[in-house]
Amino acid sequence: MTDVLTPVLSANWGDDRAWRLTNYERRGGYQGLRKALSSSPSEVVSLVKDANLRGRGGAGFPTGLKWSFVPKNNPNPTYLVVNADESEPGTCKDVPLMMASPHTLVEGVIISSYAIRANTAFIYVRGEVLHVVRRMQQAVREAYSAGYAGRNVLGTGYDLEIVVHAGAGAYICGEETALLDSLEGRRGQPRLRPPFPAVAGLYASPTVINNVESIASVPSILKNGKNWFASMGTEKSKGFTIYSLSGHVKRPGQFEAPMGITLRELIELSGGIREGHELKFFTPGGSSTPMLTSEHLDTPLDYESMAAAGSMLGTKALQVFDDTTSVVRTTLRFVEFYKHESCGKCTPCREGSWWLVQLLMKLEAGKGSEGDVDKMLDLCDNIGGKAFCALADGAVACVTSAVKYFRDEFEAGYHTPAWELFPYEKSALFAVKASTDGAGNEKVGANA
Amino acid sequence: MSVDTAQETVTLTIDGIEVTVPKGTLAIRAAEALGIAIPRFCDHPLLDPVGACRQCMVEIPDAGNGRAMPKPQASCTLAVADGMKVKTQNTSAQAEKAQRGMLEMLLINHPLDCPICDKGGECPLQNQAMSNGSGESRFHAVKRTFPKPMSISSLVLLDRERCVLCARCTRFSEQISGDPFIALVERGALQQVGIYSEQPYSSVFSGNVIQICPVGALTSTDYRFKSRPFDLVSTDTTCEHCAAGCALRSDHRHYEVKRRMAGDDPQVNEEWNCDKGRFGFTYARGDDRLTRPLVRENGVLVEASWHEAIDAAVAGLMAAGDQVGVLTGGRLLLESAYAYSRFARTVLRTNNIDCRARQLSAEETAFLSSSVAGRSLDDSVTYQDLENARTVVLVDFEPEDESPIVFLRLRKAVRKNNISVVSVAPFLSRGAQKLDANLVPCRPLEEGAALQNLVTADGETVQVDSQTIVLVGERAAAAPGALSAVAKLTADTGCRMAWIPRRAGEVGALEAGCLPTLLPGGRLVNDVRARIDMQAEWNCDRLSDAEGMDAEMMLAAARDGGLRALVVAGVEPSDMADPELALAGLEAAEFVVSFEQRASQVTERASVVFPVALVEEQSGHFIDWEHRERRVNVVNKANTSPMTDIRALAALADAMGVELGIRNASQAKAEMDELVGWDGVSGDVPQEQTRTQLESSELVLASWRPAVDPASAGLDHQQMLHDAAPPARIVLSPGSATLLGVGDMQRTRVAVGSAELELEVVVEPTMLDGVAWVPGIPGAAGQPVVVQALVAGGVA
Repeated sequence: MTDVLTPVLSANWGDDRAWRLTNYERRGGYQGLRKALSSSPSEVVSLVKDANLRGRGGAGFPTGLKWSFVPKNNPNPTYLVVNADESEPGTCKDVPLMMASPHTLVEGVIISSYAIRANTAFIYVRGEVLHVVRRMQQAVREAYSAGYAGRNVLGTGYDLEIVVHAGAGAYICGEETALLDSLEGRRGQPRLRPPFPAVAGLYASPTVINNVESIASVPSILKNGKNWFASMGTEKSKGFTIYSLSGHVKRPGQFEAPMGITLRELIELSGGIREGHELKFFTPGGSSTPMLTSEHLDTPLDYESMAAAGSMLGTKALQVFDDTTSVVRTTLRFVEFYKHESCGKCTPCREGSWWLVQLLMKLEAGKGSEGDVDKMLDLCDNIGGKAFCALADGAVACVTSAVKYFRDEFEAGYHTPAWELFPYEKSALFAVKASTDGAGNEKVGANA
Repeated sequence: MSVDTAQETVTLTIDGIEVTVPKGTLAIRAAEALGIAIPRFCDHPLLDPVGACRQCMVEIPDAGNGRAMPKPQASCTLAVADGMKVKTQNTSAQAEKAQRGMLEMLLINHPLDCPICDKGGECPLQNQAMSNGSGESRFHAVKRTFPKPMSISSLVLLDRERCVLCARCTRFSEQISGDPFIALVERGALQQVGIYSEQPYSSVFSGNVIQICPVGALTSTDYRFKSRPFDLVSTDTTCEHCAAGCALRSDHRHYEVKRRMAGDDPQVNEEWNCDKGRFGFTYARGDDRLTRPLVRENGVLVEASWHEAIDAAVAGLMAAGDQVGVLTGGRLLLESAYAYSRFARTVLRTNNIDCRARQLSAEETAFLSSSVAGRSLDDSVTYQDLENARTVVLVDFEPEDESPIVFLRLRKAVRKNNISVVSVAPFLSRGAQKLDANLVPCRPLEEGAALQNLVTADGETVQVDSQTIVLVGERAAAAPGALSAVAKLTADTGCRMAWIPRRAGEVGALEAGCLPTLLPGGRLVNDVRARIDMQAEWNCDRLSDAEGMDAEMMLAAARDGGLRALVVAGVEPSDMADPELALAGLEAAEFVVSFEQRASQVTERASVVFPVALVEEQSGHFIDWEHRERRVNVVNKANTSPMTDIRALAALADAMGVELGIRNASQAKAEMDELVGWDGVSGDVPQEQTRTQLESSELVLASWRPAVDPASAGLDHQQMLHDAAPPARIVLSPGSATLLGVGDMQRTRVAVGSAELELEVVVEPTMLDGVAWVPGIPGAAGQPVVVQALVAGGVA
């Protein structure tokens, strides 16, 4: 089955010290940049547009189209900002990429900046992954020394400053406008739109914000051409991408494959579900994408098919849960994350997640009351689509999808604790002591 | 807002009703135009939209492009478009459910302590929970709690568990007043309004955050638990603390004002006021309040009946003949000032009358006669004009301290219309910095020279033309040639000019003729037509054509025996440029009649004291700096309240055998209304020489009174207001500080004339070398300052 994989971004991950510039260049690194610099910026934009590269951060917006929104007559400088604040639960594609081959991203940054005529680019890395920050800084330093960045890039007269910025650890800073606020030194909270970042983003100047993987895919398009890129993937979701498998599979990890591969194929690649168990549910792209079940094993993992199945491709973080898992408990853990990460700006997200967690805790402990599930769904309806940004939509998506497929399990929470129905030690991958008090004793309140 | 371009409009429907509004209008405002109230918390028309509370959700079945918006929208952040269809809670089940859901969520962590909450009864959360919420909560879980309350400042308390995190307070501070150190901190459900541990939240506008809080999270330390809103009697009136003319709502109960709120007047103060106006209503609550007349017998003031007091006053004034002068301070209502003006002219037969209890000059007298008095709102600079100007030049005027609402309007103009502000001053004050002002550096009293050559610290020449407005403060009187230079600048460049005094009554007093050169309505005493006009109005024979003495001349004359009697109303000797002269004059005068609300340095030296009513006990008008009439209403009048100045003066006039002709404020106002629009001769503008640049190695004083002035009797008995004010400091340039061997935060002993103060040093980079700024002694501006560093145990 290995021929299913299309290692491009991850092709050099196994190389010795793949993160060094010399090793990257030996593999043909920075050839894409040289090609780009020999074309005009608008030619690069057209190429990426024609290749139909779509944003790998979750929403799947066409990258080249985004670039073309930058106004040409704005007196302010244009900025490129790379969103490397990878924080969606289950998602682990950007961090390994930046650790293993930071120059893939750096080269992409230089090409993309050139394309949008930016002379300053920022790479906003999640602050907790300090080792990644250091590795990116080292790679940028190497690029400067080699003349790929800084003044007069490769003698072409093009100048580019690259800044690696460490965030302070907030999920919301992965939301592009909150990221911009954070980058400007403010509290990370999403901004009102309009104005959109393409018009007034960082320091009120035109700004393009792209995900790490989107930018890292650009050099290969330059090197191999749009037809090569478009030869992979499905009709509307072109190219390759990194799928991250975690959970109850034998060999979790990153799998770089053409768009549209199915979970069944990916599970096979990862050695299958744990022995003696079967798939119960999975998230296609992180916990904020509505969960799916085994009936979707053969649904292509691309933007359109996932939307048609009522979910989203998201970050392609496939968290796989087998039949030992309590969906109530999983949902609670997801929602607890969103409650903790809600920035607090708007009511539905801030208050709604506070309430949802308490409702789910009751259900997990078997202390729910008749009607709680409907109340929870109604609450989700009052939150979803009403919040300031998409964080709250993610927080309710896991609840509504879980109830859609496993309503009985939630209703069992009116009388039976989840840990009795699904003893938690059975779903653990590593031996742990059995939980005796479940979630019933967890603290709530301001200082919880 | 542009005045010369026709506004583009869009037409949309809201709940099926068509409405046409200016392009860019927010849906929530467009709905208001139709009388459709959409519930909201974070939305405030004077703050930038934030979209935080999500209460105002509406459904958009057509965005104007034929397509529906997939999700309900917050109407407070949604700009309307042509052809848009908006469905509010009235017609959309989706919007109604979204709103109900939002209210339920806002209430899950809100305590049900309405019965003990100050806001209960006037609370937008309470009201909208009733109008747009569900009757019962479905939340049966643990609420978020916080220790309560927390001090935001000595004036403002925060109960965090009541907060709905609408960010109105933090946006007010950031966008409107420009004061830092109140901000949202933490995240998620723990997000809260916080302050900075190392610097206080210090703002002269802090009380506004209490008023705009849509719940009971921010409460007034002063008002907390004092009353329920429904037990208060509210009166619309005007603030008496400065010439800004703020509309005010004064709430009283049990014959006592419990709190004051900013009134809503878009032309003047919009919806804001300053802390002085909000909290400064307790000044007459001490035991120094005068309620009965006093007469001096054997050197001691004793209580007397009105008849006795009037007889004593008549005897004293008759004996003085025309050797008498009238000093009226800035607190008087327009009508009272008019009564004093008429009393001086027709009863005492003198032009010795002056309303200026502060630094003054003959040049200023000429300036006020020629360029300020006799104007009306129509030919004056207004608040709105400030917004539409291109450049505003501040001369001897510190808006944040001396007219806070002018400061707010200038800040709005800077923020919204990008106007440029130029301050002619020795340094860029904190207030000027908040206006992004450019500094035209100028040593104290040398403003005249600076105005002849307006060059900023960056070496740029300030362009002055018809789109420039010069705002000149009362301190300019002390700077030789400054007011002449302002008049010349106005004539030469076509720029507009407004004079902004500190006191609320001063513009009205000028209009009433409380100036030695002026009769009411800007008429000159030495203009025969004006006198004939007034003789007819006042039904009296020949009015004196001799210009009278100004306040300082009267006091000097009283000291030197040239004046035998003084009639004094609302003057604090310490407000005069030379307080010692004032006291000497009062002491030397044979006879002093004092009309006063509270015992003072004047009543202590008076022969007869008449108690008079407080502003809150009478009706009338103030005239603000724009020459706009501001209505003052009776807020609260106990049966024991003394008479007004007008009543007392009329009684005194009767006893002197001359009819004053007016007995109450409405008669006075009616008479004044007949006197407006005088088109006769106006005075010559002053043409004083400016003071030449002094090359002095001496450290000289610059000073103005801070907004919350510890010396101001008007702010007595409100300690928390003074506690919230920034401490008095001495501002020095880095060069001066080095020369003196002092640094930032250093404690020093500062001597100016006979005054000695202990002050901390602030080293300010924009300050001119050789100038020291100290708050509160403007009368001593230009005098030498001696600064000594203090170390533990004494002077270094």
